[in-house]
Amino acid sequence: MQTNPILEIKNASLAFSEKAIWSNLDLSVNPGEFIAVIGANASGKTVLLKAILGQLALSAGSIELFGEPVRHGSRNVGYIPQHRQADSGLPLRARDLLRMGLDGHRFGLPLPSSKTNKRILEVLEMVGASDIANTPIGQLSGGQLQRIRVAQAVIDKPKLILADEPLSALDLKQQSVVAELINEQRQLSGAAVLFVTHDVNPVLDYIDRVLYLANGKFRIGTPDEVLRSDVLSKLYGRDVDVVRNQGRIAVLGSSNHDHHENEKWI
Amino acid sequence: MERLFDFSDYDQLIPLVQNSLIAGALLGLMGGLIGVFVMTRDMSFAVHGISELSFAGAALALLFGLNIALGATLGSIVAAVIIAIMGSRAKDRNSIIAVLMPFGLGIGILALALYEGRAANKFGLLTGQIIAVDDPQVFWLIATSVVVVSALLVIWRPLSFASLDLEVAEARAVPTKTLGIVFMLLLALAVAASVQVVGALLVMTLLVTPAAATLRLTSSPVLVPVLSVSFAVVSVVGGILLALGGGLPISPYVTTLSFAIYLVARVIEKSKSWKAVK
Repeated sequence: MQTNPILEIKNASLAFSEKAIWSNLDLSVNPGEFIAVIGANASGKTVLLKAILGQLALSAGSIELFGEPVRHGSRNVGYIPQHRQADSGLPLRARDLLRMGLDGHRFGLPLPSSKTNKRILEVLEMVGASDIANTPIGQLSGGQLQRIRVAQAVIDKPKLILADEPLSALDLKQQSVVAELINEQRQLSGAAVLFVTHDVNPVLDYIDRVLYLANGKFRIGTPDEVLRSDVLSKLYGRDVDVVRNQGRIAVLGSSNHDHHENEKWI
Repeated sequence: MERLFDFSDYDQLIPLVQNSLIAGALLGLMGGLIGVFVMTRDMSFAVHGISELSFAGAALALLFGLNIALGATLGSIVAAVIIAIMGSRAKDRNSIIAVLMPFGLGIGILALALYEGRAANKFGLLTGQIIAVDDPQVFWLIATSVVVVSALLVIWRPLSFASLDLEVAEARAVPTKTLGIVFMLLLALAVAASVQVVGALLVMTLLVTPAAATLRLTSSPVLVPVLSVSFAVVSVVGGILLALGGGLPISPYVTTLSFAIYLVARVIEKSKSWKAVK
């Protein structure tokens, strides 16, 4: 049986008031694939996720999600946002956040249901967060909240998990814990993962391919094909050093320190 | 002091205010429920803004001899639509409300100044009625609360999702924009109904305070609406019963009860966190 790609981006371009973010992007994501989307600030990583979710219109090309043109979001998508400290006054416990991921889109009241509860407890246990089920999310630590976010993203068995910088604002240890958790859930569920990050290292062991965005251009391939000095130098149009040390990768000379004013618009 | 709490002839007074009690209970139910979303969507200021335009609508209706309830409702719908369209971002929203509010009050005051009828009518729109809710008004309040409460029950889950976790709700194909507009229209109806009983200046005591007190006490999605509604109903119905004897406006009683509940909620919250530390 031939598997159809879950996500197919064809010849896509996106521009904000004439300024191209990226052009002629082609990417096809297969079930179960783990793809890291990396690149400097303002290279259009988050914009790509927004285009996949139908929140931004392409200026050219097409995106098909599960074989259909994108609409506004999808029930087959699990979404993990950036860590943001939740307001402590919100009436929302960890288990309520999970429940919204499961049936928050349905009409009516969130009446207690044993089937729903069972699924929530099951997923909480899978991510090792049973002990914080009843904690208001405003009281969770960064690592705990992202753990709950992963659980929320997988609870409805999505085919594609979109993660937008889920590790930023976490310390190194929490980064690797959460990255491992996302990979584990991918293996368990067979969902594909599109993982936006500015640092590839926490997910380096798990990813199948890298989409590297820079200068409105891109490269796609395995980490070994893309994360090389010659490839990235060509992409950036200037000398870039890719240094590998003890299984970690550093890309030197790539951040546009003279372009800080551009950082905000993604 | 005697006039503040006069309970002589109480048994004869109760039947006379039956209408007000029904209206009060319904307002409490509606205010307590919608208040939960006013809090989670950070719309307290919008409630205030909408109520001033609702006052303007009601005052114009009074001046031209039209149905006051209709005027109040039209005024708040106009305000809600403007805020919904122009204020999708919190920052824009606050400034738009701040611009609309004095304009609404100004128009209302002009209309009242030109009005030559009973002075009590004028004052009532701003600060609340003296227990007199007549039959057509009760019908209007019942109709409004039925519409608002049933619509809220239907959209409860997606509206909670959109209010508490916007990014993920959008990704999961929840129609967050449509829900936002529907919510504003429901809020407009609730505000217009409340303005007629507690007055434009005091609407927040019904649509904000009970829910704010509740969020001090619990984060359970079941307890939040239940407590919020109970607080609101106790405030309004209790306020009407206390005001009964003295012939004074009900609003000071309602606002004081509602404020007292809020204070108690804060004290309970504090004592809980002290216990947690120990």
